[in-house]
Amino acid sequence: MSTLAIDKAGPRRKVKLGSMSNDRLWALRWSYFFLTLFAVIALLPPIYMLITSLKSSAEISAATNPWWVFHPTLSNYIELLSSNQFLRFFWNSAIVSVVVVAVTMLISVPAAFALARMKFWGSATLATGVFLTYLIPDSLLFIPLFKMFALVGDLTGVQLIGRWYVLLFIYPTLTVPFCTWIMIGYFASIPKELDEAAIIDGASWFQTLTRIFIPVALPGLIAATIFAFTVSWAQFLYPLVFTTSNDQLVLPVGIITTLIKGDVFNWGQIMTGALLGAAPPLIIYAFLMDYYIAGLTAGATKG
Amino acid sequence: MAEVNLRKVVKRYDDVEAVRGIDLDIADKEFIVLVGPSGCGKSTTLRMIAGLEDITDGDIMIGGDVVNDVPPKDRDIAMVFQNYALYPHMTVAENMSFGLRLKRYPKAEIKARIDEAARMLDIVDLIDRKPKQLSGGQRQRVAMGRAIVRNPKVFLFDEPLSNLDAKLRVQMRIEIKKVHQKVRTTTVYVTHDQVEAMTLADRVVVMNKGRIEQIGTPNDLYHNPATRFVAGFIGSPAMNFLPCALEEVAGRLHVRITDRIVFPLPPAKAARYQNTSRNEKLLLGLRPEHVTEANAHGEAGVEPFDAVLDVTEPMGMETLIYFTLEGAQVCGRVSPNAGARDGGPLRLAVDLNNMHLLNEVTGAVI
Repeated sequence: MSTLAIDKAGPRRKVKLGSMSNDRLWALRWSYFFLTLFAVIALLPPIYMLITSLKSSAEISAATNPWWVFHPTLSNYIELLSSNQFLRFFWNSAIVSVVVVAVTMLISVPAAFALARMKFWGSATLATGVFLTYLIPDSLLFIPLFKMFALVGDLTGVQLIGRWYVLLFIYPTLTVPFCTWIMIGYFASIPKELDEAAIIDGASWFQTLTRIFIPVALPGLIAATIFAFTVSWAQFLYPLVFTTSNDQLVLPVGIITTLIKGDVFNWGQIMTGALLGAAPPLIIYAFLMDYYIAGLTAGATKG
Repeated sequence: MAEVNLRKVVKRYDDVEAVRGIDLDIADKEFIVLVGPSGCGKSTTLRMIAGLEDITDGDIMIGGDVVNDVPPKDRDIAMVFQNYALYPHMTVAENMSFGLRLKRYPKAEIKARIDEAARMLDIVDLIDRKPKQLSGGQRQRVAMGRAIVRNPKVFLFDEPLSNLDAKLRVQMRIEIKKVHQKVRTTTVYVTHDQVEAMTLADRVVVMNKGRIEQIGTPNDLYHNPATRFVAGFIGSPAMNFLPCALEEVAGRLHVRITDRIVFPLPPAKAARYQNTSRNEKLLLGLRPEHVTEANAHGEAGVEPFDAVLDVTEPMGMETLIYFTLEGAQVCGRVSPNAGARDGGPLRLAVDLNNMHLLNEVTGAVI
């Protein structure tokens, strides 16, 4: 835009707007148009959630403008936040997500380092294999996984199904392959000379990983962490299948199963619960946004 | 401080032989430069000395011990890379001390060594900066500092100046030479730039296609090349090669270049080539500085001839001239006042006291 202004400001020079600047102008207009459109589409549901969460049940069912709150109330928030059950769901979700993120990072970072740097027989095939496992949808996997855990229960007597901690074993099947794949890309973009310099300086493989690779690939690590957290936090199908009793549920499943009683939908509390549930990833995004974007671009150009 | 010895060292990648059995003895405190075109095996050789590449066959010894299976960190070497390879998240001081910290040196000693190296390299003010805040030349100094503080047995340089601009390269070249004068450590330096090789080395190792073509002091290589490759690679502009034949005219040995141009050989050269076959396909090797403008008082062995110049390149202190003889382009160096101009005629002289005769088929200097 600034170049355009400068062109217009030069009255004596005959300004010829080349095809380049015209193209650029139109590209800008189109991108603004579509970006605004997408922003509106993406933001409408959460705004609707917010509006609904501030209404009483009576107002929700009343035939008024659904996009406006006439009698705002915090009763939904108070009820949910003072409900032990809801706090229990929240706690279950938090602990599952945090542990899964930790487990994922502990597995995928060394795995990615090995696959990216220690050239061994079949390492390239293995790297592709890791990614392929991610491509199998979880809606196909949950039945065999259920059978496996049932079998483990039969053979060992350790009954995992129905407990929240079964999710600690299941979520990594989603997060580890993808995070490993991202980290392979980041590690591969680190110049080879850097680990050679470290090795000559006397670093072991482990020291090269912890003291050179992890700090240098920190944006990638954060991107992977955010991904793993979001996947664990928002996962719905697996907890729905693997956990049943109310004290074992995680937030997304808990909201649906306890706030819908028969054919009665407690919309105000459902929306409030969903909004509160969306808060932790949002807070994490906000804190790590700069790193996350840096991570995304680094991966795109080099990974 | 240590000598480095290579014994029949071979490096094979699947079906490619990158290094084909080289023998090299590097004396203690010596500055050796491996030079050659890309793909000649010089970097691979250096990386094998460093331990970054396994060797396929042969032995590498550092300080008398065979180090074939010794990991890089136990070889007591330091290496400077072409792209600096500084740790981007560490300050200059942290970069330099990384190796020492891993070996758990006392803090006071680490600091003393960093201070000394920083002073030597004139980077004292940069010690707390990150690599991204440094210029290319400064980064290369830090990379050298990182090598110096380790006080290793051997320094390895892998084309350290290739990423710098021409002016900085000359400056850093002098810097490296100064450092080597202060820290007299055995040094192996790889470059494709023959000027760097000539200016830095105690001895130059010219490599080609995985083999050593010749080892010698810079002057030795320049004046007494063993092969056509060395003769053509060392020196800038490169040596001229002209197809020629030896002839006996009136009992005296002559070298014939064209039908018109036949030069009598000076006595020393005549004696040297007395037994060379008259039927062999030969090349006359002449450096550009031995093709100059003719002057009035002819010296022994300096033979005049006329040429029509194709192109002239005024360099200030001299003018480079290019002309064609028997289809071969010849480069000469004349004084700026010699009256050389593009397309113009000029009376030139060749100094046959400094000529070389090569076998055109084998490329060997006779």
